[in-house]
Amino acid sequence: MSRTLWWFSDAWVMTLRNLRRIPRQPDMLLFGVIQPIMFIVLFRYVFGGAMSSAPGVSGGDYAQFLMPGVFVQTVVFGAVASAAIGTAEDMQKGLMDRFRSLPMSRSSVLIGRTVSDTVRNALTVAVMVAVGMLVGFRFHGSVLSSIAGVALMLLFGFALSWLAVLIGLSVGSVEAAQSAGMMWLFPLTFASSAFVPPQTMPGWLRAFAEHNPVSVTVDTLRALFNGTAVGSAGWQMAAWMIGLIVVFLPLSVAKFRRASV
Amino acid sequence: MEDGIVVEGLRKRFGSTQALDGLDLAVDEGAVLGVLGPNGAGKTTAVRVLATLLRPDAGHASVFGVDVVADPVRVREMIGLTGQYAAVDEFLTGWENLEMVGRLFRMSRRAARQRADELLERFDLTEAAGRPAKTYSGGMRRRLDLAASLVARPRVLFLDEPTTGLDPRSRIGMWQVIGDLVRDGTTMLLTTQYLEEADQVASTIAVVDHGKVIARGTADELKTSIGGERLHFTVADPEQLGTALEAVRRYADGEPDADKETGELTIPVRQGARVLPDVIRELDAAGVVIADLAVRRPTLDDVFLTLTGHAAEERAETGAAR
Repeated sequence: MSRTLWWFSDAWVMTLRNLRRIPRQPDMLLFGVIQPIMFIVLFRYVFGGAMSSAPGVSGGDYAQFLMPGVFVQTVVFGAVASAAIGTAEDMQKGLMDRFRSLPMSRSSVLIGRTVSDTVRNALTVAVMVAVGMLVGFRFHGSVLSSIAGVALMLLFGFALSWLAVLIGLSVGSVEAAQSAGMMWLFPLTFASSAFVPPQTMPGWLRAFAEHNPVSVTVDTLRALFNGTAVGSAGWQMAAWMIGLIVVFLPLSVAKFRRASV
Repeated sequence: MEDGIVVEGLRKRFGSTQALDGLDLAVDEGAVLGVLGPNGAGKTTAVRVLATLLRPDAGHASVFGVDVVADPVRVREMIGLTGQYAAVDEFLTGWENLEMVGRLFRMSRRAARQRADELLERFDLTEAAGRPAKTYSGGMRRRLDLAASLVARPRVLFLDEPTTGLDPRSRIGMWQVIGDLVRDGTTMLLTTQYLEEADQVASTIAVVDHGKVIARGTADELKTSIGGERLHFTVADPEQLGTALEAVRRYADGEPDADKETGELTIPVRQGARVLPDVIRELDAAGVVIADLAVRRPTLDDVFLTLTGHAAEERAETGAAR
């Protein structure tokens, strides 16, 4: 077999390894689903009334405004937590040493991580969509644009997980990965257009919120799910995704090649 | 005979710690070298360099003539590595762990499955094959980890403290497994903190301290160089320590060690069981009252005391690098 085929074989074995772990850690899967459901219910019914008259919430329909935000938040937290903690755990427990002492492709260890995390995210998103429908969210766009929206949010999680892999490889312990990996996600997701329109924020925060990668992704999804024009958010999101992958994938692989604990 | 493992002048520094300071080792094909040393002596660092996980600052290391820095991929095809902690995926079953490693060694699916079954059988894990590894005992995990390093039938095996943290029964089981591998002709480098273990398993021993070899030889040679056994007395009245020392000095094979604070007296002897009655009679005749006494085999501490003049323990604290 050629090198490329072996690479795919290694990546598949690693993906399979991570997928097998998912049903065996039901607490993690459950937590990963329960938390976003809590967000949907709380935001929808606690803020829903006040937000229905906020500028920027089209038609006063907060469920429709909120759901793309919760989707992206869930995908971002899911991808980053899993990639950062999972990578740090493999380093800490010596599994990375085992993999690195095998004649396998090293990048496929990390690819297996990010791909399996994306599959896991897809499962979570399926549950989110169902819960969203229950609280009043609807796909108003075409079938194609709805599918594109779901695919893009998963792709965004995939892109961001490369940054998380680098964090996981760098910190050296699961506990550090938990804090260093997650801390920055709160400002990233809350100072964005995910839950409230940035128009209501003070100027300095609004400037950040409007160019935040989470915002441009959420805005793109809103347009795709509402069947309206995507506008400039679309290419901004594409630029972020390509940028994240182009920068952090090679950095992570290089770090992993040299890694020593 | 072909050179198995050759290490020459290996140096590696971590921050202010010189983990390897010109380490030289050689293991013939089919031989077992025990690398004996306390925590922080540089044993694990040496294994990591040999297993292509770490680049040395200077020096050379090769496995069957293949340089670990120049051609790490070819080295990885020949080696198996078992680390200090069992590197198995605890959420995968024993079988899944082994099958995964087989696939990553680029075996066909069928060959990987067959090999997993074989190894589970050989390491007495068949019954536990379908259970996640996190349900395994410490000894079972080590066996699974060792099995994982044997999947591709490596010519060379690195065992980094394979029995640290195991109970005595699991330790003996591990030695039996290692003995079988030796008989099959596997070339092996094993690190350990236990003289007894090096004695059991290795054909030659290299004693390592501060990143270099301070003594080497067969187990017998080393034992001869550090004496047979130790007679260990505690004198009831520390005032009598001097009297006790004079009474037994002629039985000592080497320099006795007396601690005035605690009243402890350690005498290196040959054939401890045989001289013990004489020593007790001498002490009794001198009117020395003994609070406690023991005959013990030389420990790593004794090796270090003899070879370096300091105990192994304090080394462990000052040189924490791995």
